[in-house]
Formats: sequence, C-alpha cells, structure tokens
Amino acid sequence: MNFRVKAKLADAEGVRRTLTRLAHEIIERNRGLENLALVGMRTRGVHIAQRLRTLIKEIEGGDVPSGVLDVTLYRDDFRLKFRRPQVQVTQIDFDVDEKNIILVDDVIYTGRTVRAAMDALMDLGRAARIQLVVLVDRGHRELPIRADFVGKNVPTSIGEEVRVRMTESDGEDAILLVESDETQEEDRTHVV
Amino acid sequence: METIHLPKKLLLKNARLIDPAKKLDRTTSLLIENGKIAEIDSKMSGTKIWDLNGAIVCPGFFDLHVHLREPGFEDAETIRTGQEAAAAGGFSAVACMPNTKPALDHAGLIRWVIEQAASFPVAVYPVAAVTRERKSQELTDMMELHQAGAIAFSDDGAPVSSSELMRRALEYSRLTGAPIITHAEDLSLTGKGAMHESEVSTRLGLPGIPSLSEDVATVRDLMLAEYTGGRLHLAHVSTAGALEALEMSLKRGVKVTAEVTPHHLLLTDEAVVGYDTSTKMKPPLRSESDRKALWEGLSRRAITCIATDHAPHTCEDKDVPYDEAAFGALGMETALGLLWDRGVRAGLLAPGHLIELFCHGPRQAVGLPVPVIEAGGLVELTVFHPEETWTVDANQFYSKGRNCPFQGWELIGRPWGILKGDFWAGRVEPEF
Amino acid sequence: MSSDRSQDRQLSSRHLLGLEGMSAEEINYFLDTAETLKEVLDRPIKKVPTLRGVTVVNLFFEASTRTRLSFELAEKRLSADIMNFSKTGSSVSKGETLLDTARNIEAMRIDVVVIRHQSAGAARYLAERLRSVVINAGDGAHEHPTQGLLDLLTLRQKFGDIKGLKVAIIGDVAHSRVAKSNLYGLKALGAEVMVCAPPTLMPRGVDALGVKVCYKVDEAIAWADALNILRLQLERQEAGLLPSLREYAMTFGITLKRLEKARKTPVILHPGPMNRGVEIESAVADSGASVILDQVTNGVAVRMAVLVLLSTPEVMV
Repeated sequence: MNFRVKAKLADAEGVRRTLTRLAHEIIERNRGLENLALVGMRTRGVHIAQRLRTLIKEIEGGDVPSGVLDVTLYRDDFRLKFRRPQVQVTQIDFDVDEKNIILVDDVIYTGRTVRAAMDALMDLGRAARIQLVVLVDRGHRELPIRADFVGKNVPTSIGEEVRVRMTESDGEDAILLVESDETQEEDRTHVV
Repeated sequence: METIHLPKKLLLKNARLIDPAKKLDRTTSLLIENGKIAEIDSKMSGTKIWDLNGAIVCPGFFDLHVHLREPGFEDAETIRTGQEAAAAGGFSAVACMPNTKPALDHAGLIRWVIEQAASFPVAVYPVAAVTRERKSQELTDMMELHQAGAIAFSDDGAPVSSSELMRRALEYSRLTGAPIITHAEDLSLTGKGAMHESEVSTRLGLPGIPSLSEDVATVRDLMLAEYTGGRLHLAHVSTAGALEALEMSLKRGVKVTAEVTPHHLLLTDEAVVGYDTSTKMKPPLRSESDRKALWEGLSRRAITCIATDHAPHTCEDKDVPYDEAAFGALGMETALGLLWDRGVRAGLLAPGHLIELFCHGPRQAVGLPVPVIEAGGLVELTVFHPEETWTVDANQFYSKGRNCPFQGWELIGRPWGILKGDFWAGRVEPEF
Repeated sequence: MSSDRSQDRQLSSRHLLGLEGMSAEEINYFLDTAETLKEVLDRPIKKVPTLRGVTVVNLFFEASTRTRLSFELAEKRLSADIMNFSKTGSSVSKGETLLDTARNIEAMRIDVVVIRHQSAGAARYLAERLRSVVINAGDGAHEHPTQGLLDLLTLRQKFGDIKGLKVAIIGDVAHSRVAKSNLYGLKALGAEVMVCAPPTLMPRGVDALGVKVCYKVDEAIAWADALNILRLQLERQEAGLLPSLREYAMTFGITLKRLEKARKTPVILHPGPMNRGVEIESAVADSGASVILDQVTNGVAVRMAVLVLLSTPEVMV
C-alpha cells in the first residue's frame, strides 16, 4: 500500500478493547437484543459487524441477525467519480420492517456514505429505528449526521486520513493515521 | 477553376515526355504554338517559358465512365464542376453516363450536354441510354443518338435486364459502331444488397451482393455479344469470375473491351468495416482475391481501360446509415495519384502502361482518335508530377461530391492539369 | 483501504455497440454487475436512485415490445428520466433523417441513447456524431449486445461456467443479430459454438467467425449443452428463403420428440417472441429444460448493469 503512516492509533489489542466496549454499549442502550439487527457497510463495516455479532453472543448469549449493505447505487457522487463502479451485492436476509437496525461502518467522515446507506435501508423496508456505530469519527462532516456509538474520536486535518485495517481484509487489526496523498484522493470515498 | 489562355508560343522546359504510341520517354522541352505541337526537343527560346521541373507530359487522359449528374441532380454535380474535377485530375476528356433526369435517351439532350460542355477545355462525350428512360423496355433511337454525338450506349447504374433487348441493342451496335457499355448485374441476385457478400458482410450484418450477380450477367452479355457480333464494353469489372469470362471471350474473338476502377484495384470489402458510406458503390468492393485478379487482368492486358466511375452524391444521400446510402464514389481527382503511387511506384505497372490504360485503351474502346505527341499534332496533354507528395482531402476537391473512399491517403504523384488547344485548365497555376 | 488500483475494472468503450472484440474481463464485468443488480429486482421497493438526473432516450425505429419494455424497466429501476421515441407517431415517418434525429438529441442534452434501428451500423453512426453514450438495442443483422449478455448470464447461472460449454444457435442465422452477439460473447468466454440453419439462412463466410457449421438439427441437439433457438421472421418465407413454415417446423423446429432422442436434454434458450409451433414446440418452451423466463428477468438486470456502468464518466488517466 502506498501511504505514509503518521501514527498508529490502535493496535490489535486496542481494536479488540474498543469493539468490546461498543458491543456493551449497543446492548445496554437497546436494553437487550430484541428486534436488534446488524448491517455492515462494505467493506470493513461488514467485518466489524461480524466481530460485534460474535462479541454480543459472548456477552449476552443470544444471536442477532446480520446483513451486508452495498451503497454504490445510492451514492451522490456516482457520476462524479472518475472510475467505473464496483457494484457489490447487498445481502440482507431478514425482514427490515420494525427492526432496530445497527448500521456499522469503519470510519465516519463527511457523512455522505451514511446518508446513502440510510436511503438504501429505507428502500428495503421500514425499520423501527436506525442507529449508527463507527470505529472512528474523524470529523469534517458535510451533512447533519452523527454516530450513536463511536469507538474513537480522532480529530484530523484535511491532509490526514484514518485507515482501519482488519485481519479479514488487511491481515492485521489496527487503526492508522496516515498522510493523504494525491494519488489516493479518490479513495476518500471509501473512508467516509 | 479558371481556364488560362496560353501565349501564342509556349516552351515547356524540363518536361518528361511520355507517349507509348511513339515509344517516347525522355525529359526534354516541347514547343507549342497556336494550339499545336510545334517541336519536340526545341532549343528555341519562345516568347514564354514554363519550367515543369520534371513533370510528366503525356497524351491527354480520357475517363470513359463518369457521372456528371446534369441534368436533374445539379446539387450533386454539374457538367462544369465535373469538368473542373476532370481537369484537376488530369483528364482532358470524359464520357458521361446517361442516368440523369431526364435520362440521356434523346438526341436533343445529347446535343444539349455537348453544348453545355463547350465553354470548358475538358471534352464531354455523352453516352446515351440503351433503352428509353433506362427502363429496359424499348430501345432508344440509337442511330440518331449516335449522329447527335453519343459515343456509346449504356443504361449504367442499372443493367438492361431483358436479355432479348440486350441482344437487339448489340445487334444495333453493328450499325452504329458504338459499343454497348454493360453494367453487368443480375438484380434478382443483388436483392437489397449493400456490400460484397462475404465473411465481412456477415460480420457487419449488412445485406450482401454476391459476386454471382456480376458473373452471371457478364457471361450473359458476353454470349450475346458473341452471338450477335455486336460490340460490347464491360463497365467496372470487379470479380475474378467476370474477368475469367472476359478472357475466354477475348480468346474466342468476341468484340469486347473492359474497364476497371481505381477503387476495385485498391480497396476490398474490408474497407467497409466502420460503415463509411463512401465505400458503398456498385459493383461493391470485392474480396482480396478478386482485387489481385484484377491486377493480373491489367498485366495480361485483358482489361485495357482504367475508368473512375466518378459518382458524386450529396451529403443528404450519403450521411445516413450504410444500407440507406446511395451507391457511388468519387474518382476523377484521385485516380492518377492512386495509380501512380500504388501502381507504378509499387512496381505493378510500367509508366507507359499506366498512360495507355488512362489514354489509349478508353479511346479505343469507343473508337475515338488518340492524341499523339508529335510535331503538328493538336495539343491535348495531361501534366502531372511524379514526385509530388500529397494527402487526399475531399474537402479540397473541385467536384461537388465529398464521397471519397480514399480520404486521408498519402500519395506520391499528383496531377497538375491539362493542356488543350490553346488553354490550360488544372489545379496548378502555370508559371510563364 | 479497499481500493487496490490493480483491481479497477475498465471498459474499452464509452458506448455499447457490440460484443465483437470484447474481452472476457469486460464481459464478466457486465455479467457480475448484472448478477448483483438482480437483488434489487427482488426487493419490496424495486428502485434505486443511481441514475437520478440522468436522461435516457429510447429510440426505437423498429417495432420491438420486449426489448423496449426491458430497457424501460431497467431505466425506471435506476431512477433515470426517460423519453421514448418510436417510429410511429414521430417525425421519422415524416422523413426526418437519423442525422436530424441525432442533432435533436444533442440539442436536448440527452445523456444516454438506447437505439434500435433496422440498419446495421446505425448505433455506431450515432456514437460517432453524439456526445451522449450510445447503447445498441439491435442494429439490422449486425449485433444485439444486451441480448448477447443476457443469454450469457442465463447460461452462466445454469452451468456455473461458460468455458468449454457447447452452445448451438439454431435458425435464421443469416439475418440474426442475436446469433452474432451470442457467438462473439460465447467465444470470448471460451465456449464452443455451432450454428445450425437451412443453407438458405446460413450467412456466407460464417465459418470464418470460428464456429462449427451444421445443417442437421438432430446433430446439433446431440452435440449441444444448450440450444439458442432463434425466432423465424415470417417474411423469410415470403422472400423465398423457405418453401413453407410447415416445412421449416418439420425440419428445424425443436420438438420434445427430437430432444428425447438425445442422451442429455440441452438447456433451451429463445430470445423471444416465440413462434410456437414453428421454430419451437410449446411443450419444449414450457418444459423444465427451458430457461426462457430466466432470460427475461436477466434481461432487465443486464440492461441495468449496462446503464450503471456506462453512465459513469470515462476513466481519466
């Protein structure tokens, strides 16, 4: 990968602790698991949702359904991005109606991806409530959107980016603060 | 294009004079005086000198097959613009086809065309229709038309579909002495075809015109010519099959001549890929094996004429999907450059042979006298430079048409114009 | 980050004019995208906002219900703005040329043009004259690329992999754009292709396209894993290319009786609309071997994929 790491904000142990805390918070705020469902946003949100599902099972002893959301078709920059889209499948096998949906993403940035995800979710059914959990909030919101559960608040400058690495896709668990580089500019859409 | 009156005496210096009939090919000077050739190798410093810098001067070219579109389709070409295109292409004379509106099926129209053409140095010899209105139903008044100036008869653009009528026309040609020029095509085999039927037409999804369409009709006309003893000329031979039939008839002594176009010598059906409607003509661009056969037909001298089938069309008739486009391509302004570069320079033709194909063969086919480079002869000369490099650009043409399938080709060898009597007409300004 | 540049998928053209010369990677990009978009069609709200603000015109110069409806549905599912323009009831019948039509489209700032035209090369003609993206919905006997893609998608779903598959295209190959797009796509993905037709409906030089040529339908059935049965245009008989429809049905019609003779029953495709009892027997069309209705569903998904992928700007290097 082609970026310069400025700081490691969390290592594997740090990520584990943060996720465990988030799982506890989700259970506590929802007073249990009833009607709860996790929806991970591609790509790393999916891995994080799986981790949370396992942790919730360990803590509470019950399973919550989990699905995968691809928001490509809902993006507001669909015709602006200078690359062909990779549309991936959305797979939500449970009925969204009347569920308490926990939307899971790795980093919240402008808020635009979350906006797209909410539109996508609403097209799948009428959830009772949608809550948002993110591993990192790096600020710079462009829409009035806020996460319900935040792993870490990391104020960043415009020249910086936060990269979450997950074992499933990147071979390790870590949160990195990196210098954004021109050639990676378009990848911001994935950071959000 | 302006015609330029020549001075009473003009010395052409550094001219490469080629006249195969006189076994002449050398760079020298030529004095012309009062519309006649006064002296070859002239030392005399005439009143005016034009240094040709090695340009070739040869007997004037004759395009046996052009469409001038007038009367009736003046938006595509007029007699005058066609003459200018001819001069720019190095042709001092042309034979124009009768598929105008009205068709040239009446002596008055023949005389009218000749009169229209008289104000410009390029001579226009009308070809009259074989049948009234080119409808393949009844013969025209062939003797009267011939006396009015028609040098040949043809329903070109379409065949004489009735074999019986074609027989009678050929019989009549014994009386007039003027050949029947056949557009050999079996329309039932052509159907709605838009290009040569081949693997390429299959790939492009365009309806095909089989070689058969030409072969079958050619064989019919050759047999009719043999049976009647009439005089036949095959227009735009494009298939190996038609050529083979021609050569067989020549062996049997049939009075037949044949022409080939530059586009059939240089392009194949592959040129249609891309759907450029300039590549749409009849007969269509054929396969590579047909193309090669045509060159052999030239070198065996079975085919004695190169004719362009210059067929201008308006943008409205060409800037449409391929199968809706009109048939025909421009020819006069590119023929010489193409054949010099891709024929002579490529080693396929001797310079003298090229001149025979453009000058002698076509005139002999219709019985016109051939200009000669000799003292006392009338001035009818083509001037072109064998080393001039140029890029074909239809937007620069004198023709009104833009439907040129050779757009963008880079060629070496370019016509300058013609000397005819005491006039110059051409794309180049003479310097004297 | 998720985006590894080497995995970026590219298209060779901003238009979709045909499958001739298209690489397997590019075809699979369309098919993979279509596969994921099928999910949208099963939702309660079968609509995504992807092409909001994109204007698509459906230019149908030739009668077509199926393809036009399929495109329209795909466009609606993607929230595009749609204009329909068909030969009847438009200025085409008053002699307006394709060039004039093109200029009008340009003036109306249309983003995507879907064109069906009776002339081969018509889609390319527009593509060369317009800034809009052009999608060929069938041009003469040239190509029908979205039909080719949907047939490929249907076969891929049925067989898992197209490589090594034996597909026989049966019927009026000479006049068929569907046959052409299919054979290019199938060859690109590594299938073996046979064309089977009466000699009067077999195009000249078709073997040069790398297909087996066969004149006996029983041989084709015995050989093939799948049969793509072409629609027989009834005017072929009027043009003298067939003695009679009855004879065609007897010699080339696909019947259960014929299929029963084969060791394995091939999968049956038909681009529709069917002439039941002519090129295909009803019992075959409605049998378990038929995937004809899957083709219809896949048609919408494929057209959505094409619209989604071509509506994004060109990759800037």
